[in-house]
Amino acid sequence: MAAKKFGRSTIKFTNPPIIVGTGTVVGPMEGKGPLASDFDVVLPDHAYGERTPERSETKILEQAAKIAIERAKIDKSMVDYYMAGDLLNQIISAGYSARQLSIPYFGLYGACSTCAMSLALAGMVIDGGFADYVLIACSSHYQTAERQYRYPIELNIQRKTTSQYTVTGAGAAVLASSGTGPKVTWATTGKVVDLGSKDVNDMGGAMAPAAADTLLTHFGDTGRGPGDYDLILTGDLASFGSEMLKELVKDNGVELGDNYRDCGLMLFDTKSQRVGAGGSGCACSAVVTFGHVLREMERGTYRNVLLIATGALMSPLSCQQGESIPCIAHAVVIEA
Amino acid sequence: MTSQKAKKQVSNLPHMTQASQEEKRRQLAYKELLQKKRPRPRYLRNVLVAFVVGGAIAVLGQLVLRFFMSRGLDLDAASAPTLAVMILVGVIATGLGIYDELGEFAGAGAAVPITGFANTIVAAAMDFKREGWVLGMGAKMFIIAGPVIVYASLAGIVVAFIKFITSP
Repeated sequence: MAAKKFGRSTIKFTNPPIIVGTGTVVGPMEGKGPLASDFDVVLPDHAYGERTPERSETKILEQAAKIAIERAKIDKSMVDYYMAGDLLNQIISAGYSARQLSIPYFGLYGACSTCAMSLALAGMVIDGGFADYVLIACSSHYQTAERQYRYPIELNIQRKTTSQYTVTGAGAAVLASSGTGPKVTWATTGKVVDLGSKDVNDMGGAMAPAAADTLLTHFGDTGRGPGDYDLILTGDLASFGSEMLKELVKDNGVELGDNYRDCGLMLFDTKSQRVGAGGSGCACSAVVTFGHVLREMERGTYRNVLLIATGALMSPLSCQQGESIPCIAHAVVIEA
Repeated sequence: MTSQKAKKQVSNLPHMTQASQEEKRRQLAYKELLQKKRPRPRYLRNVLVAFVVGGAIAVLGQLVLRFFMSRGLDLDAASAPTLAVMILVGVIATGLGIYDELGEFAGAGAAVPITGFANTIVAAAMDFKREGWVLGMGAKMFIIAGPVIVYASLAGIVVAFIKFITSP
């Protein structure tokens, strides 16, 4: 019997990993948003001095990782594992950033759920006694994502009402077996949920059922409810997806109130900034959580936060072949 | 043979069919919910803006045409240089990073005129140049415009064929 497992798919850490340092780097659009002052670096442009957007994304990810290590006040050589992921084919940003960092590396792919996924996995590694320091990081980039998933950057395309804007940026955190800082206490691993949505212009709507499934599983496994958290945070459901999530959990008797928010909506002023329904991408939940939410926890605004990062596990190829979009959501609890 | 038999057996298992029926029902219910709740595009605004912007581009084209005609070309002869000028306008606006903004604002108003067609090619060329002149730009610059050319040619052949068999 797994002593740390509760219910269907939730674990409780007996030695909760502590977030001892974070680093966030964001692009120009995010820098104009309402959370700008909470980020470590705001870039003036998407290029970051590199000749391709892919190189720029790698550099952003490396930069966030380096800041996190610096903030943790440790040496790079003390980090046992580096776990990272991004949205690009073969997760090249993560792989290339690991080449520079030269820390034993696990590449992760969970699409936009990577942030919560890496927090959970790093927590297991630390709680299992396999590491003292684990560096986690994930990134996304508006231009690289557009190129891979949609159209050339300069193409004249009108956004649909439910389209989302891929966040340029990266968030990184150092988790440690001891130290001071917020702790990761619980993790609920999501399962792949696919309710048959095929609309690539509506990721929020496609991912909402996965978020609902993980949220309800988490509440079922832990015996908790929405009132037990100061903040319930989804990764990148944006305006339409959040609305769908509320509907879906309401059918199961769970009411999400004012303590529910979505990173994709917090990061931008969706009225004045042209970001469609809101932000998306691996970096969306990472920069909002590591940049804004953890700082707010330090300030005492929140004491316990439930983060549910959602990811769509399709590829442009599978969509062109008419497949529906399989989605996943992982949840972690962060307590001050 | 055996695999077909096995398939039949599986589909005959009552709990399997029930589960998949349940899944189908959930999918349909969610699809309906999505359709009901999804925010509608601002059709009236989009149509009006597309009309005005698309019309403005057409007026610009007409002015260029008049210019060439005033310099002594007849209508047929003036068409080709007019198209060339409008394509150049689309190309330059794309290169300056203006045309995608116009597309976001005006939708079909920016996409339908020939300037929009020029934009699809230049936007792809700019993007894929990073993967090299041959395998990048050379191979992929028609990635958006390609289908238009293929099916426009095909439509031309079909129409020409219909005209051929129906004309006396």
